[in-house]
Amino acid sequence: MNLIGFILLTLLSVGSAVMVIQRRNPVESALALAVNLISIAGFYLLLNAQFIALLQVIVYAGAIMVLVLFVIMLLNLPEDPRESRSGFFQLWLAVGFTATFAVILRNAIRGQLADATFAAPTAGFGTVSVLGHELFSRFFYPFEVISLLLVVAMVGSVLLAKRRL
Amino acid sequence: MFDWIRDWVLLNPPMLAFVKVITVVGVLMTSVAVTTWVERRLSAIIQFRLGPNRVGPAGLLQPLADGIKFLMKEDIIPDAAHRPIFILAPALAMITSICAFGVVPFGPTVEILGVTVHLVILDLDGGILFALAATSLGVYGIVCAGWASRNKYSLLGGLRSSAQMVSYELALALSLIGVLLVSGTLRPTEIVEQQAGWFWNWNVFGGWQFVGFLIFLIAAYAETNRLPFDLPEAESELVAGYHTEYSAMKFSMFFMAEYIAMITASSLAVTLFLGGYQLGIPLAIEGPLLWIIQVGAFVAKVGFFMFLFVWVRWTLPRFRYDQLMDIGWKRLFPLALANLAATAVLVAMDVIRR
Repeated sequence: MNLIGFILLTLLSVGSAVMVIQRRNPVESALALAVNLISIAGFYLLLNAQFIALLQVIVYAGAIMVLVLFVIMLLNLPEDPRESRSGFFQLWLAVGFTATFAVILRNAIRGQLADATFAAPTAGFGTVSVLGHELFSRFFYPFEVISLLLVVAMVGSVLLAKRRL
Repeated sequence: MFDWIRDWVLLNPPMLAFVKVITVVGVLMTSVAVTTWVERRLSAIIQFRLGPNRVGPAGLLQPLADGIKFLMKEDIIPDAAHRPIFILAPALAMITSICAFGVVPFGPTVEILGVTVHLVILDLDGGILFALAATSLGVYGIVCAGWASRNKYSLLGGLRSSAQMVSYELALALSLIGVLLVSGTLRPTEIVEQQAGWFWNWNVFGGWQFVGFLIFLIAAYAETNRLPFDLPEAESELVAGYHTEYSAMKFSMFFMAEYIAMITASSLAVTLFLGGYQLGIPLAIEGPLLWIIQVGAFVAKVGFFMFLFVWVRWTLPRFRYDQLMDIGWKRLFPLALANLAATAVLVAMDVIRR
């Protein structure tokens, strides 16, 4: 059951990821990215992380992608008519890097994960209360630093935008 | 005689879930039909007209006639439209609004033929978040419709809708967090169970969430694109907004999606703030009679909010777009934050207890 779900989600996420970079139309790309983000939420569900999965949908698919779509539509971006512009050098470099990455990935999976065993999830794993306790006890400082980072980014962008107004 | 029902349906989780889904979607669709009739009759009364009263007794079969009409009409897809997304958009709008209802407990835990059954489709640990996620995806249907039509009025409607929904979702979510602080859980069934007993135990009174309740209600009107916040389909400016180019059943699907979203928003308000299926008066009865009364109480409360939706629509004028953004960001959002802070302090001081 989990394996079938995993295969379906993998097909969905890889397929939509390919769509994101392959589509000429920016709105189609954005919608494919939304599908991709939702399929990643599906992976979280398979990993028993229900809360994270729901947050993934709310934050990424529900808020960020809607804003991205909003901007694309507001600017009314035209379909990108250009044909493939990548030259000979670029093409072969891409092939080379992809091959290198594939080898690294293969070795990593073979070397590290071949006979690794994973601890079974503890009781209540992935539920809101357990995650909340972890966030506000073990990971308290990283959590607060990240929220500070977000505030800094927000204040910075407001400052930049206001200067030009 | 009922053995096969018990073995095949009640003790078989996928089958039970299937039966629940079919029942709930059926009831939702019927409620949509009834609500359209109620809305047309009520608006007529408000405007000193009669409204549809020809088809069936008191015009009750009018929605059925309309449904047949929508199915029979010519379905036009504009040449310039982006076909796949144009067709997908109404389906997206409907699916997301139906999904959100899945976590709403519409009745207590009952026992049928000796099997315990929860009267909720999805009893999730993060149920409230599920509803939020589904409603936040609802904007895609409208935005896709607006964009795929390749019509400037549709596009403007879609744009307005996305900006409006993102803005009001903030206030909506913040007003919910007050309830979550009080109840200490995200599971809707638990939240409802905590509000048992007298009606002053309901979160809106016992949890001191009256401000949160009002914010939720206002934000819900904006989220469902209903008057006074129906800027995405403002007919005096945008023809019909995002569904200008839609005809026949596709138009009807947007219509139904809006009504289902209204029902979902109403039932969420009832579940979180007004005790869900709890009657508000402790009764000295048990068993099937109590369950039926409780389901009835839920339906009555949701019905009241649906009535409110209609009443407000035909009474209040539409806001201007800058006023809409002003209310969302400068009034509701700070108010929701203040409500959240006040609730947090009161919960920490043990003034509000659960």
